Amino acid sequence: MNLTLKVWRQQNADSKGEMVTYKVSDITPDMSFLEMIDVLNEGILSGDIEDKQNYGPVAFDHDCREGICGMCSMYINGEPHGPGRAVTTCQLHMREFSDGETIYIEPWRAKAFPIIKDLVTDRSAFDRIIQAGGYVSVNTSGNTQDANALPIPKENADAAFDAATCIGCGACVAACKNSSAMLFTSAKVAQLSLLPQGEPEREKRVMDMVKQMDEEGFGNCTNTGACSVECPKEISLENIARMNREFLRANLTSSK
Amino acid sequence: MKLDSKIPEGPLDKKWTNHKSNIRLVNPANKRNIDVIVIGTGLAGASASASLAEMGYNVKAFCFQDSPRRAHSIAAQGGINAAKNYQNDGDSVYRLFYDTVKGGDYRSREANVYRLAEVSTNIIDQCVAQGVPFARDYGGLLDNRSFGGVQVSRTFYAKGQTGQQLLLGAYSALSRQISKGKVKLYNRHEMVEIVKVDGKARGIIAKNLVTGELERHGAHAVVLASGGYGNVFFLSTNAMGSNGSAAWKAHRQGALFSNPCFTQIHPTCIPVSGTYQSKLTLMSESLRNDGRIWVPKEKEDAEAIRQGKLKPTDLPEEKRDYYLERRYPAFGNLVPRDVASRAAKERCDAGYGVNKTGQAVYLDFASAIQRYGKEEAAVQGLKNPSAQEITDLGKKVVASKYGNLFQMYEKITGDNPYQTPMMIFPAVHYTMGGLWVDYNLMTSVPGLFATGESNFSDHGANRLGASALMQGLADGYFVLPYTIGDYLADDIRTGPISTDSKEFEDAENEIVERTQKLMNAKGKHSVDEYHKKLGLIMWNECGMSRNAEGLKKAMKEIQELRADFWENVKIPGNINEYNPELDKAGRVADFLELGELMCKDALEREESAGGHFREEHQTEEGEAKRDDENYAFVSCWNYKGNPSDAELIKEDLVFENIELKTRSYK
Repeated sequence: MNLTLKVWRQQNADSKGEMVTYKVSDITPDMSFLEMIDVLNEGILSGDIEDKQNYGPVAFDHDCREGICGMCSMYINGEPHGPGRAVTTCQLHMREFSDGETIYIEPWRAKAFPIIKDLVTDRSAFDRIIQAGGYVSVNTSGNTQDANALPIPKENADAAFDAATCIGCGACVAACKNSSAMLFTSAKVAQLSLLPQGEPEREKRVMDMVKQMDEEGFGNCTNTGACSVECPKEISLENIARMNREFLRANLTSSK
Repeated sequence: MKLDSKIPEGPLDKKWTNHKSNIRLVNPANKRNIDVIVIGTGLAGASASASLAEMGYNVKAFCFQDSPRRAHSIAAQGGINAAKNYQNDGDSVYRLFYDTVKGGDYRSREANVYRLAEVSTNIIDQCVAQGVPFARDYGGLLDNRSFGGVQVSRTFYAKGQTGQQLLLGAYSALSRQISKGKVKLYNRHEMVEIVKVDGKARGIIAKNLVTGELERHGAHAVVLASGGYGNVFFLSTNAMGSNGSAAWKAHRQGALFSNPCFTQIHPTCIPVSGTYQSKLTLMSESLRNDGRIWVPKEKEDAEAIRQGKLKPTDLPEEKRDYYLERRYPAFGNLVPRDVASRAAKERCDAGYGVNKTGQAVYLDFASAIQRYGKEEAAVQGLKNPSAQEITDLGKKVVASKYGNLFQMYEKITGDNPYQTPMMIFPAVHYTMGGLWVDYNLMTSVPGLFATGESNFSDHGANRLGASALMQGLADGYFVLPYTIGDYLADDIRTGPISTDSKEFEDAENEIVERTQKLMNAKGKHSVDEYHKKLGLIMWNECGMSRNAEGLKKAMKEIQELRADFWENVKIPGNINEYNPELDKAGRVADFLELGELMCKDALEREESAGGHFREEHQTEEGEAKRDDENYAFVSCWNYKGNPSDAELIKEDLVFENIELKTRSYK
C-alpha cells in the first residue's frame, strides 16, 4: 500500500504547529498503525522520505504495543485511536485502510493535555485526579484480614473489574466536544464504590476527585456518549451515571 | 571479591521470621531524615515506593513513561501465585517453594524462594484490601486457575489483565503517598548513572526526557526496580521502552551481574509476521489450561497447511500430534515454559510447523468449547441440546475466561480463534538473570538494592508462570521495606546527601561526554538497525538452544557491531530537547555490552538448565542435562571493562531441604 500522511508537527510546547505531508510506500496490511509510523520515521531518518522542513522523526507516545499501557494516543482521521472499535492505536492494523488513502494524524486536543512535541501530550492531569482520592487508604501490612474473609457478590466484583480496566489513555477526553474527563474519573469512582473496601472513603473520594477534575480544566459532561464509543476498553457510560449518583449522595449525606 | 549472601541460620521455615525479628530498625523520627530513590514504577517499584513512604522514608520515584501506571507490569496477563490452598487441593507454602525450585531447575537459592512462598499469601490479602477486583465465584469467594509446572490451582487472576489490576493497586497506593508529599514523582525521567560516594550508592544522575536536562539526585540508598533485559533480543514481549540500562549502569559501577544467560522464551506468543515487526505479543499461559497444542502427525499435511491447501479444522483427530500430551503425560499441555518452548521448536525444526514460515504450532480450543458447552447445558437444564447449542454455550464460557485474549489475537492476526485454532510460537518474555543480591536484596554495591525482575534471585534457570507478579510484589511490599532498614540504620546521623560533590560532577561530566560521542557519530545507520542486528545474533546463537561454536561467533559479532555502532550510528536532533532516538541509542549501547556478557555466561555454563539449553548437554530424548557436580552455582560477573573480560565469581548453591533430582514432567 502507498499512503499519504498528514501529520501534526510541533517542535515543543511553545512553538506553533502545522500539518505536514509525507508519502509512505510498501505498507503491508499486517502492520500495526504504529509500525507504519516506524516505517515513516526510518524513512525520514534515512532521507528516503522527504521531510522538507527538517522536523526529523515524528515523536509519539507508545510503549507496550499490545493495548494495555495506555501510552499511545492520537487522532487518526479525526477519531481517537482511529476507525477501529475497542482498540488502541497500537492494536489498529493497516488492513483497515486502503491503498492510496490520505490519513490525518493529530495529537489529543484538550486544554488539560498540553502538547509536548508533535503527537506527544502531557496527561499528568489524570494522575493528579487519582492522587486526589482514587485509592483505598490501606497501608502495606502483613496483617490485613484474609482475602476471603469478606465475600463480594460476583456481579459487583465483575462490574468493579469492568470499570477498573480503564487504561488512562485519554481517548475519552479527546473524543468529547467538551474535553470532559467524566468517563475516566467515574471509572475509578465506580470501581471503588462497588467494593466493600471502598466504602469508608466513599463520599470523600467522589467529592475530591470531581473537584480535582474540575481544577485541571476538563469540561463538563453533556451525555453525548462519544467517550464510551471511542474508549478502547469500552468503559460503560453507566459509570458516569453511577458517579453522578455517588456525587449527589455524598453532597446530601456527607458531614463536610 | 568475597560474596556474602547473608542467608540467615536456622531451619528453612524460621529463617525469615527470625531474620525480621533480629535485623536493625530505623525509628519513625529518623526515617523522616532518610531519602530513598526508587527507579521504576512497576509492581516492584510502585509497591516499594508506596510501602517505604508509608513507613516514613522520603521517597523519590522515577519512571521513563509519562505515568507510573504504564510500567510494563501492566501487560502481565494470566495471574499471580499464592499458597492459599483455597481450592483444598493440597497446596502449601512448602509445595509452592518446592515447585518454584524444581521449576527453576535447581538453580535458585532455597532461602529466598521459601521466603517468597511464605509472603505470597500476604500479597493476595493486601491487594484485596486495596480494592483489586480479582475474579470471584458465585459465592463471592476468590477463584483460582492452574499454571504450568504445577499440579494445584493456586493462581489468582483478573481475566487476562491480572498485571494491570495489580499494578493499578500498587499505583493507587503510590498515588496516595504522592498526594501526601511522601513520594516525589519524576515521570518522563530516566536514570542514566548511579553515583557512589565512599563506595556507597548515594544518588543518581537522571535525565529529564522532555528537556534533555541532566539532574542530580542524592539519597541514602538507591533501589532499582527497573525490570528485565529481554529487549536485548529486539523482538520480545517486553514494551518498546523496557531496557536493561539501569541494571547495566549498576554493573559498571561494581554490582555483580548474575546468570545473565538465563532468559525465558515463552511458548505461546503470536508468531512473527514480517521484518517491519516491532514487538511480539504474548498469549497468556492460562490458555494452556484449556487449549491443546498440536501439529499434524504427517509432514505432508503440515506442508499442505503451509501452502493453504488444507485447513487445520479439516484434519481428523487421528492425524494430529498433541506432542506435549504425548511426551509429558503427567503435566500435558501445562509443562513449564522452557519445556513447552523447546518442544515446539523441535517439531518446527523437524518440518511440522504450520504457518507460512513453518515457525508456528496450533493452540486449539475446540475440545474445551465442547466440554464447557456440555457442562453449561447441564447447568441450564437443557434436555438433548443440539450440537450448535453446545458449541454456542461453550464459546460463551471460553469468552468469559479468555475473552480479551481471543479479541487481542483476532485484532492482530485477522483470524477468529473461536473457529480456527490459534497459531503460536515461542518468544523472549522474561529474564531470570539480573543483578546479584544478598538475602536483604542488596547488590554488591553497598546501598544499592535490586528488586523484581531486575535481580536474579528467585527463579533459577526458569520462572514458573504467574510467579513474576508474585516476586515483584513480594520484594516491594514485604521484603525490601524491612531489609533496607538494616542498611539505613547506619545513616540516621548522616544528614542530607549533597549533590555538590566531585563524585556527582564527575558522573555528570561522563554522561555529557558519552552523549556527545553518540551525537557526533553522525553516521548512516539508525539505532533500530543496530538493535535489530543484535537481536538476530542473540536469537540465533543465544536463544532457545545454544552451542559453544555459535556463542563464540556471537561474541565476536557483537564486538564488531558495537564498534561499528559507536562510529556509524545516526541520531537526529539535539541533546537539549525531547529526543526519543537519542534515548533509544543510550539503551542500545548498553544492550550491545550486555548481549556479549550473556553469550559469555552461556558459553561458560557447560550444562543445560531451564531456559539455558546447551546442545552439547542433552539426554538421548533431547531433554536438558544438568551438571550438579560442577554447575550448582550462581554465576556472578564482575565488570572489568569489556564484557569478554568480565571476571567470574561463583556463589555455590546449597540444597539442604530439597533433593536434587532430574527434573521430569513425564
